[in-house]
Amino acid sequence: MLEALQFEFMQNALIAGLLASVACGIIGVYVVVKKIVFISGGIAHASFGGVGLGYLLGVNPVITATFFTVASALGMGLVSKRTKLPEDTAIGILWSMGMAMGIIFIGLSPGYAPDLFSYLFGNILTVPTSDITLMIILDIVIAVIVVALYKEFMVLSFDEEFGRVMGVPVERLYLLLLCMIALTVVILMRVVGIILVISMLTIPASLAKMCTTNLRKMMLLSTIFGAIFTFAGLWLSYELDLASGATIILVSGSVLLISLAVSKIRSRRNRIKKLSTTAFNSHGNK
Amino acid sequence: MTDKEIVKLEDVWVYYDGAPALEGINLTVEQGDFLGIIGPNGGGKTTLLKVILGLIKPSRGKISIMGEPPEKRHSVVGYVPQYNLFARDFPINAIDVVLMGHCGRTRLFKRYSEEDRKSARSALKSIGMLDYEEHQIGKLSGGEQQRVFIARALVSKPKLLLLDEPTSSVDAATQTEFYETLEGLKQRMAIVIVSHDIGAVSIYVDKLACLNRQLFYHGSSEISPEVLEATYKCPVQMIAHGTIPHRVLKEH
Repeated sequence: MLEALQFEFMQNALIAGLLASVACGIIGVYVVVKKIVFISGGIAHASFGGVGLGYLLGVNPVITATFFTVASALGMGLVSKRTKLPEDTAIGILWSMGMAMGIIFIGLSPGYAPDLFSYLFGNILTVPTSDITLMIILDIVIAVIVVALYKEFMVLSFDEEFGRVMGVPVERLYLLLLCMIALTVVILMRVVGIILVISMLTIPASLAKMCTTNLRKMMLLSTIFGAIFTFAGLWLSYELDLASGATIILVSGSVLLISLAVSKIRSRRNRIKKLSTTAFNSHGNK
Repeated sequence: MTDKEIVKLEDVWVYYDGAPALEGINLTVEQGDFLGIIGPNGGGKTTLLKVILGLIKPSRGKISIMGEPPEKRHSVVGYVPQYNLFARDFPINAIDVVLMGHCGRTRLFKRYSEEDRKSARSALKSIGMLDYEEHQIGKLSGGEQQRVFIARALVSKPKLLLLDEPTSSVDAATQTEFYETLEGLKQRMAIVIVSHDIGAVSIYVDKLACLNRQLFYHGSSEISPEVLEATYKCPVQMIAHGTIPHRVLKEH
């Protein structure tokens, strides 16, 4: 692995992994605590329409995907909040419509669509420097917005109705949050791919949630976990010659499952210990 | 409007898809009032609350809070939502929940000020929860969580405290303790409790109203079986358990 680091593609891969960890570390926390995993999945899949648009127009698909994904996030938010369609129905419909548009766009574009697979399933080893620049910009946008509106997003995530009562513009904040999820999707697209984005948005944050009860610390931890998983997955995929995106996901998923099991066993053991000490004490009191 | 008047609803109607949820509500809450609004589920309790909070605009009629429309008077009303509606595992400490009571006033890019923190702490102190400020909200007991939510409503120094089903899913001892907390706040603000639980509410409040789309208002908290029947559309038996202090209502 170390000798591989002298290659530019490997350096880019590490930088891309780190940038992706920052975005999914911050935004993933909101996705998990506000329980908006389904709409995030919808936004992620709809981004495929933007990739298709890029092929059709002959420009960098990541750029078209940025605009298309933000637009579909806003669309999903507005349709699910303002129309009579139940929220999950609205999300499901726009989810598949976005993907359908991607397929039509790619069909209409001339010739063969190269590295389409890397958008769907990610290929961190092929991230060009231009995409890295874009990822840095998007990361900064996300970080600035979250710092600026930290209290407001806290209210939005914890108690939307109370925020509304206090005069906080919750609907606009929610739409903004969806837009940031869209930007995160674009950042993660090259690393793990559209289809696998949702696990990077959920796994590091869920793991962080098991460690802390402070939202800020949860973001920091989740970013660190994301970086560790990305690097570990990248190394494994390099050593074993496996698909990088999928390896990253399986590494993080396995760690999460193992920690869940460990914490379950630990809490059961604690309970038994407590029971036996109280039994002992009451015995001693007699 | 008199100086003491905090909330005034005049002939308020609310329709949902053409069906009336509230019919011609007239209600005045004055300074020092401790009012209970009871009624069956689906009787419009939540709708009435939302009208007072400014979340629903009445289809007809007028609502004013200290002479102004409710959306201009956010800080006058302290709102305590049904406490079991939040995610218990949310990564947030008691003090941060209480700080949310300031979120309407502070500006963007600004953190909560030291003054905000001070008033949040004193709100926690006033209901005896200061020792728990760094506890994660879900790790507190039901009664403690509820007191944290009351503290959150208190930080904006409201003139009216509005509580939605405060005693649902709380045990009897906690309930008594809870009403004693409110008793202590009564001097400083008007209190309105909305609940389907006739027994508990009518013991403590000074005035009582029954809501089933229409509002049957009573000056005192004695309430006749006829009115209860009219509200609930079925005979209602009033029950009091064991050692809870209770009020024996005169025969009608």
